[in-house]
Amino acid sequence: MSKICSLKEAIARIVKNGDSVAMEGFTHLIPYAAGHEVIRQQKRNLTLIRMTPDLIYDQLIGAGCVKKMIFSWGGNPGVGSLHRFRDAVENGWPQPLEIQEHSHADMASTYDAGAANLPFAVLRGHIGSDLPLYNPQIKWITCPFTDEKLAVMPALNPDVTIIHAQQADQQGNVFLWGIVGVQKQAVLAAEKVIITVEEIVVKLNPPPNGIVLPHWVIDAVCKVPGGAFPSYTQGYYERNNRFYQQWDPIARDRERFNQWIHDYVMAVENFADYKAQLEKDLIPGDTK
Amino acid sequence: MNQYTAEEMMTIAASRKLKNGVVCFVGIGLPSAAANLARLTHAPDVVLIYESGTIGTKPNVLPLSIGDGELSESAQMVVSVPEMFRYWLQGGWVDVGFLGAAQIDKFANINTTVIGDYHQPKTRLPGAGGAPEISTNAKESLIILKQSKRAFVEKVSFITSPGHLSGGDAREKAGLSTKGPTAVITDLGVLAPDPVSKELVLVSLHEGSTVEQAQEATGWHLKTNDPVPFTPPPTPLELSVLRDLNERTALAHSGTH
Repeated sequence: MSKICSLKEAIARIVKNGDSVAMEGFTHLIPYAAGHEVIRQQKRNLTLIRMTPDLIYDQLIGAGCVKKMIFSWGGNPGVGSLHRFRDAVENGWPQPLEIQEHSHADMASTYDAGAANLPFAVLRGHIGSDLPLYNPQIKWITCPFTDEKLAVMPALNPDVTIIHAQQADQQGNVFLWGIVGVQKQAVLAAEKVIITVEEIVVKLNPPPNGIVLPHWVIDAVCKVPGGAFPSYTQGYYERNNRFYQQWDPIARDRERFNQWIHDYVMAVENFADYKAQLEKDLIPGDTK
Repeated sequence: MNQYTAEEMMTIAASRKLKNGVVCFVGIGLPSAAANLARLTHAPDVVLIYESGTIGTKPNVLPLSIGDGELSESAQMVVSVPEMFRYWLQGGWVDVGFLGAAQIDKFANINTTVIGDYHQPKTRLPGAGGAPEISTNAKESLIILKQSKRAFVEKVSFITSPGHLSGGDAREKAGLSTKGPTAVITDLGVLAPDPVSKELVLVSLHEGSTVEQAQEATGWHLKTNDPVPFTPPPTPLELSVLRDLNERTALAHSGTH
């Protein structure tokens, strides 16, 4: 059976209320389209996992989908704060947000351990930092061979991992390249996997060491051209830095944010309609 | 009177700290500007690494984010994030970590997590990112940030990335064998840890700034070298390369992409 289906169907079938969901991407290939579909279907009480939660997690938090966030750096890269994230942590709006905080080295290792089916990750890290005082999941062991003190954290195994990639073939095998972050680990660590792609091609043509995720580790492959916008897809389109800058004033204001979610997510049918609407509104030189 | 701004002087002073040929793990923002200026002036063989996985990257414009396409397209190679932190950083290949900070204290500990109580924060900051392990696994680290009473506090409310902890040999006693912060470069001058106490001392002042100004922008009694020398002003080359870089960057980021 082909794994290819619509994004609407994939999110409806695979993402359940209360799931832990990792929508990974390290600045590149961020699965915005899938995030919007989760908001549109009003999934609730999610535990969101991501090393670098950015605008799409800000939107999911502000839209009331999220109970808890596991992360290692939450900001608008190069711009500043995530205001919906801050409002949730500082003021409990629209609902309190539980946080579980890591460092990048730590979190990358916990995905890696999850993919390797190990119970925990080990790290030469966290020494001297206050983070272990506030994240009880970080514990210490003594190396049985050298007596060195090392940090350990439980493996990360999301219920669902969602990523965006460049290409899939008809069978649902996926090929991605460029900055690939922690996506391969997040996919192999997860119970269920949804991947959106720029295009479906007749034949993938990866180099021998290219990153290919075979169809048999994936549950759904959805064609969503531009699905990483306003982040970027190497070889297809560049990062829309203006959008990241323009998001700041929108996210600062609860009413303006609600209106934005209504206009650009809830009131549109799909990501293509959203992009068409947004491109019409994003007039060069308009920075309001 | 000055023909350059305090921010330009800060970036140039920071760039000079990076020796040619070193392997440098670069934070986004001010560190990235300084590191690329070094690469484009006196340190053409510096190897710049960004945590998104790009190694030996030579961006033509400064990236807005840590994973801009410009970084991967101009990189010698791109590796996964787990590989970056586990093999290259923890593996011991990084000479210098170049970090920014929201808040720093007198022993160069960095806070990028939270102002106020962790559970009921006054200001929630982005969090740790790569900095804690950069500051402990790189052989030494440089820190660049603007000096103000809000940013330079006697004791940070949260140590995200350890500097010299409580000073003296505290870092070594905690089990850290790397040097930690060796300089803090600001818009007013350069601070460095005292060799014994590890307390930050003002070791040079940018022209146009005074010791009083530096003290006024510091939340503890700031010790200074006596007399404190002036930082050599920017050379015409440094200034023109930096301005060209900033101009290219502004142009690239103002477009629709």
